[in-house]
Amino acid sequence: MNLPAQILQVFESAMCCSTGVCGPGVDPALVKFAGDLEWLKTQGIMVQRHGLSQNPGAFVATEAVRIALAEKGEGALPLLLLNGRVVASGRYPERKELADWLKLQAGGIPTTGQSGRCCGGTC
Amino acid sequence: MSLSEKHSLAAFLTAPTRFLFFTGKGGVGKTSLACASAVALADRQRRVLLVSTDPASNLDEVLGVQLSPAPTAVPGVPGLFALNVDPHAAALAYREKLVGPYRGQLPESVIRSMEEQLSGACTMEIAAFDEFSRLLGQPEATAGFDHVIFDTAPTGHTLRLLTLPGAWTGFLQGSTSGASCLGPLAGLEQQRTIYENSVAMLADAARTTLVLVSRAQISALTEAERTSVELRQIGIRNQELILNGLFRAAGVDSLALALERRGRLALAVKGEFLATLPVFKVPLRPNNLVGIPALRALVGPQTLPVVTPSPDVGLPLPAQKSFTALVDELMAAGYGVIMTMGKGGVGKTTIAAAIATELARRGAKVHLSTTDPAAHVAAAAGQVAGLQVSRIDPVVETRAYVESVMATAGKDLDAGGRALLAEDLRSPCTEEIAVFRAFARTVAQGEDAFVVLDTAPTGHTLLLLDATEAYHREVARKASNIPGEVLNLLPRLRDGRFTRVLIVTLPEATPVHEAAMLQEDLRRAQIEPFAWIINQSFCQSGSGDPLLQLRGQNELPYLHEVVNKLSQRTVIVPWLAKDPVGSEGLRQFFNPAVAS
Repeated sequence: MNLPAQILQVFESAMCCSTGVCGPGVDPALVKFAGDLEWLKTQGIMVQRHGLSQNPGAFVATEAVRIALAEKGEGALPLLLLNGRVVASGRYPERKELADWLKLQAGGIPTTGQSGRCCGGTC
Repeated sequence: MSLSEKHSLAAFLTAPTRFLFFTGKGGVGKTSLACASAVALADRQRRVLLVSTDPASNLDEVLGVQLSPAPTAVPGVPGLFALNVDPHAAALAYREKLVGPYRGQLPESVIRSMEEQLSGACTMEIAAFDEFSRLLGQPEATAGFDHVIFDTAPTGHTLRLLTLPGAWTGFLQGSTSGASCLGPLAGLEQQRTIYENSVAMLADAARTTLVLVSRAQISALTEAERTSVELRQIGIRNQELILNGLFRAAGVDSLALALERRGRLALAVKGEFLATLPVFKVPLRPNNLVGIPALRALVGPQTLPVVTPSPDVGLPLPAQKSFTALVDELMAAGYGVIMTMGKGGVGKTTIAAAIATELARRGAKVHLSTTDPAAHVAAAAGQVAGLQVSRIDPVVETRAYVESVMATAGKDLDAGGRALLAEDLRSPCTEEIAVFRAFARTVAQGEDAFVVLDTAPTGHTLLLLDATEAYHREVARKASNIPGEVLNLLPRLRDGRFTRVLIVTLPEATPVHEAAMLQEDLRRAQIEPFAWIINQSFCQSGSGDPLLQLRGQNELPYLHEVVNKLSQRTVIVPWLAKDPVGSEGLRQFFNPAVAS
């Protein structure tokens, strides 16, 4: 059976690598999110990740992103589009949310944030 | 002074390959020999391109022409062109190439954020590498030149640059997630062929020669051996060695005989290594190798050149401070960080060890630490109570950093997430961060004791300070997950009551000018040097050897320049007959007869 492919697009702040380990400190939320996206790919979801410093062209070319940036500046990032519709802005979602949006069973590791960290360090 | 023709610099140039890479510990004369070789080949009607990738390059000075990243004709030498790849400028140009097209299309704050992110150490590495690779891996970039000669940066930097093509090719093939530290390099796939060509070219003995340059000194030869082995391991096997500045005493002067003996001893100790590759010899010259005539003379007949005494010879030696008085002042502070800085090979390690040993001998608690990859510190420092010696070893620091990240940020991840994190940690930036953190940690220890740091050669030091600055800005923006010692680093380095920077140099044109540039760079970062130390002065040594006396006379203009124009406090250290190693050898610095 061929389900129509679902596509999740992630537009992120400027950073030099996908897990943020290149900075002076590692953001655990980002590391976890990178792992979650790998998991989505194994579930057959098409994932596109665009970093502001790697691929600014995609930001300019996507109207929803252009509008969000004009309104909120870089605070709009990370911005997640599911099949072209904005599902999250200014934060990284938990694996459970990703699973809910995509009607998947959340597997692998639990994705609730560590204690003392309300939204994975981005708030 | 006649050397067998078979081993002369002229013999070295008999059948040169198309690409020549000069490498060696800083101060051994790479630039002079690369320039002399380039001039000699151009004089034989070859078309030659001379390239410098050293952030502290002095090619302009040696050739007497203002260079740029594009080939510039060298006046007076038909067929010779030279270019200078400044990694800072290359990084800026690279950043503008990426960001420029989006100005006006994205909000200003977003553009600024992109620029910030592309100001880091990894962008500079990528940009410098990109330039290097373009020359080596793209035939059309060097078309029309019979020879391309690279005057590469000091050894640590050279190694990184040369091993990058291999490491990165492997990295690209193994990368699964696409976005990595190589991310800022737009159009990665197009670059791939160029990178692969670079690797192939480096390992091709018919086209590439690695020229190791050394002095007849154990430390310089050890460094050359390390480079030789490491590059051999990554497939660069066509290697030759030039022994520069060989000295033979003319009479019975005890200092001159000691200098000759020390050189011969070093060659004997490293005899096994020297037997592994062709060795060429260049005698010590009384003058500094600046300007085309001096470069031509280096390849000419191997006789003692006639030296016209400089008009400054009559000048008296400038007033200066004794080494003992300098340590008195440092001791009076009671604690803090003392950093010796300067071009590689000027004796930063020895000076740091002498100061640390003396402070400890006077009863202070002292931590002596080095980021110098050669790590001579442990060997130089004697066993003195209260003196602790450690090394910032990039390999060890990187491993520890990777392990700590995997154990904290990586601990809740599933297998896929861990693999991705491990992948990003394999990037070249990780070492920069790990070493930087270790440096910050060591500086923080200066609160209750003395910390004496012997930093790596100037090019590396500049990058490190630049990273400090970039991190400082990053820290101000995003304050989570960053150790306190990193947050405090720049303010500490700028505090003249906490940190004392000693600029170490030699009494020669190039080292003094490079040290002056280093001082300017420090001042831009709002760090004011405490004192200058002019090391290995023949003028001060009391030698009666004619060649050494000529070298001593040639020092005077530079001694005056430092004392009168550049420095607040100056200590002149004479060339020492005994190797300044161990606590006894280091005591020579404090000998009153020597210090006045």
